[in-house]
Amino acid sequence: MTALLVALGGGLGAVVRFVVDGAVQRRNRLSFPLGTLLINVSGSLLLGVLTGLVLFHGSPTELQAVVGTGFCGGYTTFSTASVEAGRLLLTERRWAAVAHAAGMLVASLAAAAVGLWLASV
Amino acid sequence: MAVRQQGRPTTRPPTTPRRPHQDPRFLVLVLVGGALGTVTRYAIERAFPAAEGSWPWATFAINVVGAFVLGALLESLLRTGADEGWRRAVRVGVGTGVLGGFTTYSTFAVEADLLVRDGHALLAAGYAVGSVVLGVGAAVGGILAAGRFAARDRS
Repeated sequence: MTALLVALGGGLGAVVRFVVDGAVQRRNRLSFPLGTLLINVSGSLLLGVLTGLVLFHGSPTELQAVVGTGFCGGYTTFSTASVEAGRLLLTERRWAAVAHAAGMLVASLAAAAVGLWLASV
Repeated sequence: MAVRQQGRPTTRPPTTPRRPHQDPRFLVLVLVGGALGTVTRYAIERAFPAAEGSWPWATFAINVVGAFVLGALLESLLRTGADEGWRRAVRVGVGTGVLGGFTTYSTFAVEADLLVRDGHALLAAGYAVGSVVLGVGAAVGGILAAGRFAARDRS
């Protein structure tokens, strides 16, 4: 049963990512992909809060499986982030590739840390 | 199909191009693909849970493999024709759906933060930077492999 809910959460997360990325990229005037950045940072914040609730407040682990592994996992994406940076690298935009990969990493780690902290207080 | 119905102003003109993220057929493809990718990751994470204070191998492998496959898939689709019809359906269903749901950035970020919290800062830094560098490298490898494959096919 949990696996089915995880699958459903993941499917919904992926749909939200698809819609958010499409909407962001349509308005994005830069030649730099911003949709995935926004998605991964917001998803990391949400998973940080959720993990904190389970760790510090004893929220049920099923919640973490369905909303965390399911929704947040389906919403955020590592593969698209890697391909976006890889394409920048292959089109000789080395600094844009480094800024994309490093910026996303630092911002997502910080967002997850803020989420964990928010849930701990 | 292309004939416009006169006197029926409420119907959408058939020539209006709908963006993929507003097309319900694509939303269903992403929903199903995302569910399949996510539940596969869930099964792998449960079979190989990361021990506390150790390198999260399951997420690491999932993300690097997913980056390689997505790079290869998108490059293959690009090289075989325009992003329309079945190619767009595969890109959205398998690329955005399955592989997007299979790989995860949020679990990766939280795992690295928890390693720091548990006093394994060096391991966390290695995991964070190693995943990103290898992920980008795998994506580039997938793109180049698909390009080489396509070039060999043509000759």
